[in-house]
Amino acid sequence: MAREEPAFKLKIANLSLFVLYVNTTDMDQLKKQLDMRFNKTQDFFSNTPVALDLSAIEHFNISPDFTGLISFMLDHGMRATGVVGGSTEQREAAVQSGLGLFPDTIIRPALKSASIPVAIPGSDAENTQPELPELGSAIGTGAGEPNNSCTPDSDTQQKSVSQAHPAFRPTMIISKPVRTGQRIYAEGANLVVLGVVNAGAELIADGDIHIYAPLRGRAIAGAQGNEGARVFMHSLEAELVSIAGCFKVFENGIPENLRGKPVQVHLDGSDLIIEPLLS
Amino acid sequence: MSKVIVVTSGKGGVGKTTTSASFSSGLALRGNKTVVIDFDVGLRNLDLIMGCERRVVYDIINVINGEVSLKQALIKDKNCDNLYILPASQTRDKDALNLEGVERILNELKESFDCIVCDSPAGIESGAFTAMYFADEALIVTNPEVSSVRDSDRILGILAAKSKRAVDGLEPVKEHLLVTRYDPKRVEAGEMLSVTDIQEILRIPLIGVIPESESVLQASNAGTPAIHLDKSDVAEAYRDVVGRFMGDAGLPMRFVTAEKKGFFKRLLGGR
Repeated sequence: MAREEPAFKLKIANLSLFVLYVNTTDMDQLKKQLDMRFNKTQDFFSNTPVALDLSAIEHFNISPDFTGLISFMLDHGMRATGVVGGSTEQREAAVQSGLGLFPDTIIRPALKSASIPVAIPGSDAENTQPELPELGSAIGTGAGEPNNSCTPDSDTQQKSVSQAHPAFRPTMIISKPVRTGQRIYAEGANLVVLGVVNAGAELIADGDIHIYAPLRGRAIAGAQGNEGARVFMHSLEAELVSIAGCFKVFENGIPENLRGKPVQVHLDGSDLIIEPLLS
Repeated sequence: MSKVIVVTSGKGGVGKTTTSASFSSGLALRGNKTVVIDFDVGLRNLDLIMGCERRVVYDIINVINGEVSLKQALIKDKNCDNLYILPASQTRDKDALNLEGVERILNELKESFDCIVCDSPAGIESGAFTAMYFADEALIVTNPEVSSVRDSDRILGILAAKSKRAVDGLEPVKEHLLVTRYDPKRVEAGEMLSVTDIQEILRIPLIGVIPESESVLQASNAGTPAIHLDKSDVAEAYRDVVGRFMGDAGLPMRFVTAEKKGFFKRLLGGR
């Protein structure tokens, strides 16, 4: 049977996005100030997607007139795409007006990706000593498995690594438990977590992730496409692990030989490899 | 130095109000001047459990709106001399409960009370947020089942990130795990999470385990907090909780006879 070319791929991308922080429920005041601010620079925005952050007004019992605001913004070249934060009622009103819902906390906007490449500590080492023999038995997650969606874009990766300059950000260290509903993003850096990461929590790093406790939630390493990123954890109980957009969920449970064990996760071509850490 | 203690859980029906009633009564029995505040505006229940529903004239919203003084709204408990109840409003909109008003009330209460117990509504909406915002300590009420544990985890995350202590960069809110409706037999049969399983997930100190008991329902219907029941394991368990809260060292953890890994292990594991 002839294999069909894949018609699409699904990845998580971190794009820069304007966020309009709504500090008042008085839409007339907001529009007036927006007008004052932007009417001299009419073409500052042109069909630019903008998210609305409602966290400053989420304790008010009023939902802003989103429909009016959307058309006002459109007149100024801003396309309102969705809301961040806000009360349940406000988020419902936003959906009614055709807006999307972002998760309730902001991840800081991604770096201006092409112009300022960020060297991720670890990725260099990865490139200079590629010949280290693999330890232990790699547990492949065959490309045909439905859980494993993946086609990493190796071209762009090569480019960004070759442009990398020595500026790096210090590792982000979290010493408390990361709980349901919390999300931590180590932008352009590695992430080290000393407390437990519970189900429903999410770790994201542009570099590697180390968890010196059980991982029960999600860990997303190499969030900006660094295929050399790895995830290390003290005990694998995760909902999802991902590297450079390749992810694996454990719908049918974690294999017996890995569950609750210290493991590392890395990418081999388009395969996400999970293997035990040998002492 | 007076303390603000929030009784919270995220999930509904786990025993927050039962706990608030017994815990505040226990604190008062130990000689603390105590007030218990019902934050569940719109669905007031605490006054029923405390058996003072027919004495409610004014409520917390009246006080916040400045219509009456705190003294006029506080109801003296029928069982304990040191205990007062500030009821919730049944008729008002829950959004009338604003942070500024609550802070004003708490500051006024701190002048004359040792312990201020805040009975939080379920959920993570503004009522629950307002109840926990000013807390110094928190009782996290959790049932031995996964959804309750998950919700408690969420609440702990919010306490650690959004409470006043977190926002002001003060010492974090002191967290206590209280497991309620615990049935060692069903734990043994693998139908419920064990205390060890719950602690393994939430990782906060355990202040007590309240056994599942029919007497809780009887006490609620009679309008008497469960801690006043004679010869009841629930009353004993709540007295232990108050003891540990007051710093009694070396109280053995009772009503946790059976320990088994069954349910949680199976839940995590592949089939």
